[in-house]
Parts: sequence; structure tokens; C-alpha cells
Amino acid sequence: MRAAVIVFPGSNCDRDMAVALRAVGADVTMVWHKDADLPDGVDLVAVPGGFSFGDYLRCGAIAAQSAVTKALVRHVERGGYALGVCNGFQVLTEAQILPGALLMNAGLKYVCKTSPLRVETSESIFTQGYNAGSEIAIPIAHHEGNYTVDDDTLSRLKGDDRVAFRYLENPNGATDDIAGVLSENRRVLGMMPHPERAADPALGNADGAAFFRGIAEALVAA
Amino acid sequence: MRATVTVMLKNGVLDPQGEAVKSALGSMGFDGVDGVRQGKVIELDLADGTTEAQVTEMCEKLLANTVIESYRVEMGG
Repeated sequence: MRAAVIVFPGSNCDRDMAVALRAVGADVTMVWHKDADLPDGVDLVAVPGGFSFGDYLRCGAIAAQSAVTKALVRHVERGGYALGVCNGFQVLTEAQILPGALLMNAGLKYVCKTSPLRVETSESIFTQGYNAGSEIAIPIAHHEGNYTVDDDTLSRLKGDDRVAFRYLENPNGATDDIAGVLSENRRVLGMMPHPERAADPALGNADGAAFFRGIAEALVAA
Repeated sequence: MRATVTVMLKNGVLDPQGEAVKSALGSMGFDGVDGVRQGKVIELDLADGTTEAQVTEMCEKLLANTVIESYRVEMGG
């Protein structure tokens, strides 16, 4: 499996993401935001958490216009896999790769804690390591995680089984408790919680390990 | 030449900052504030000849996220 982790100025979860992907055997390349092309043969592109471009204008808005994001859009249009975590999710919505938007948390506060989630579907490479309906605990750390989507899109997301994760205790006001959503072809996932921060028993929580194992099993076999 | 772009959350999108400001005004004794919406103003210094259509394109592509925000462009001033 070949993976790329995009690095924007202000990304700060990029190395954690690379560690988690390498732990399941991925050949990981870090890609700077000014690069106009992704490395050849990349299966999965990960957009990490952080504060790309200082969260100026709107979280993810400036990153969504960068050269590497245009390459990411082409990768996704070709049917490539992509994962956006936290700020990465914000970038994917700003780039209109995923629907909806992430607004400021309803409580106005930055929330940093471990959040219980329900895995809503096992029908994706990201969630196939879990049984649908299983409950896991994954860290969250964000100020703009309040997922907002119009009613029509929401019913489409629900009807097509594209809600990947829901919060059991909604920390941010997200519509319908949504913590992560899949693209129409189920190959792109955006989520606010950080599975890479819970992918190793040494971190005190390995609930995210099955997330990366699932990706590796799917993409090594591919 | 200057253009002023006003970006607001769309009606119907919850504005928690506006709600917090409204609540603060109420607790300070300012009665009769029925609603507060908070947005942002972006001033652009533009080369002569820049058209309103170009500024609108800037809004659509970057300055506003039209999923959640509306915008208004005022040219000149």
C-alpha cells in the first residue's frame, strides 16, 4: 500500500498519521502543499489535522485552494482513496470533495477529550475492521467540528449509509450527531475524531488500530 | 478602487457567536435585542478596471463558503 500524507503550513498531526499508516505496513510519502502532483501509484491520500494556514478566513479554506489539493481532487475523481481527519475533514468539505461544512462548536469552546462513538457502517475500507453498531472511544480536539449539512443532503447521506461514525455524546452540536461521513463511492472519509491518536496500545487506547488495519487489509489486497 | 465584501452565515444556520453576544447584551441590561448575527467584512484594494463580476467570482471560490454563508459585494468607496 502506498500512502501520501499532505503537509500544509500549520498541519500538526501529519507525523502521527504517518506513524499510524507505517505501523500497518504502508509506504508513506509526506507531500508538501506546493507540490502540484502526488507521488505515482499512491492508493491513499491522508489530509491530517492541525491548523492549516492558521485557520485564516475559514478552517481549511485556504488549504482547499492549494496546488496539492487540486492534485487530490484529481486523485479522488480517478477513484482514489482519501482520508481527512479533523482539519483534514474541514479541507475536504471546503474543497467540495465531501458535502456539508464544519462550523464553530455550538458551545463556542475548543473541546479536547476522548469521545465515545458508534461505528455506523462497516461498508468502507476505513470501517471494515469494526462491526457496524460497535462502540469505540476516539480522541477529539477541535473548535470547529459542528457538522452542518442541508436537509436534502442529510437524508441522502442517511439513505445511502454514508454516515461512518456518530457521537454518542454530541460534543459540538453536529447535525444528527455526525462525526464522520463517506463520499458517494465510499472511498473518501472525513471525520473529526483522531483515530491516529488511538492506534497503539502504548497510547493507552488502541480503539483506532482496527481503523488502520482495515485500510491496510483492503489496500494490500487490492 | 475598493470593494467591500460582507460575509454572513445564511439564515437558518445557527450562529453560536451571535447567540452569545445577544445573551451578553441582555445580561448587561440592554433590553429589546431580539437577535444578533455576527459576520465578517473583507475590504479589497483593487486595480482599476476590476469588475464586480470578478469580485463575485472571488466570493464564490474563496471568500465565502456558499454551503453555509451568504455574501454581499459593494464596489467603490
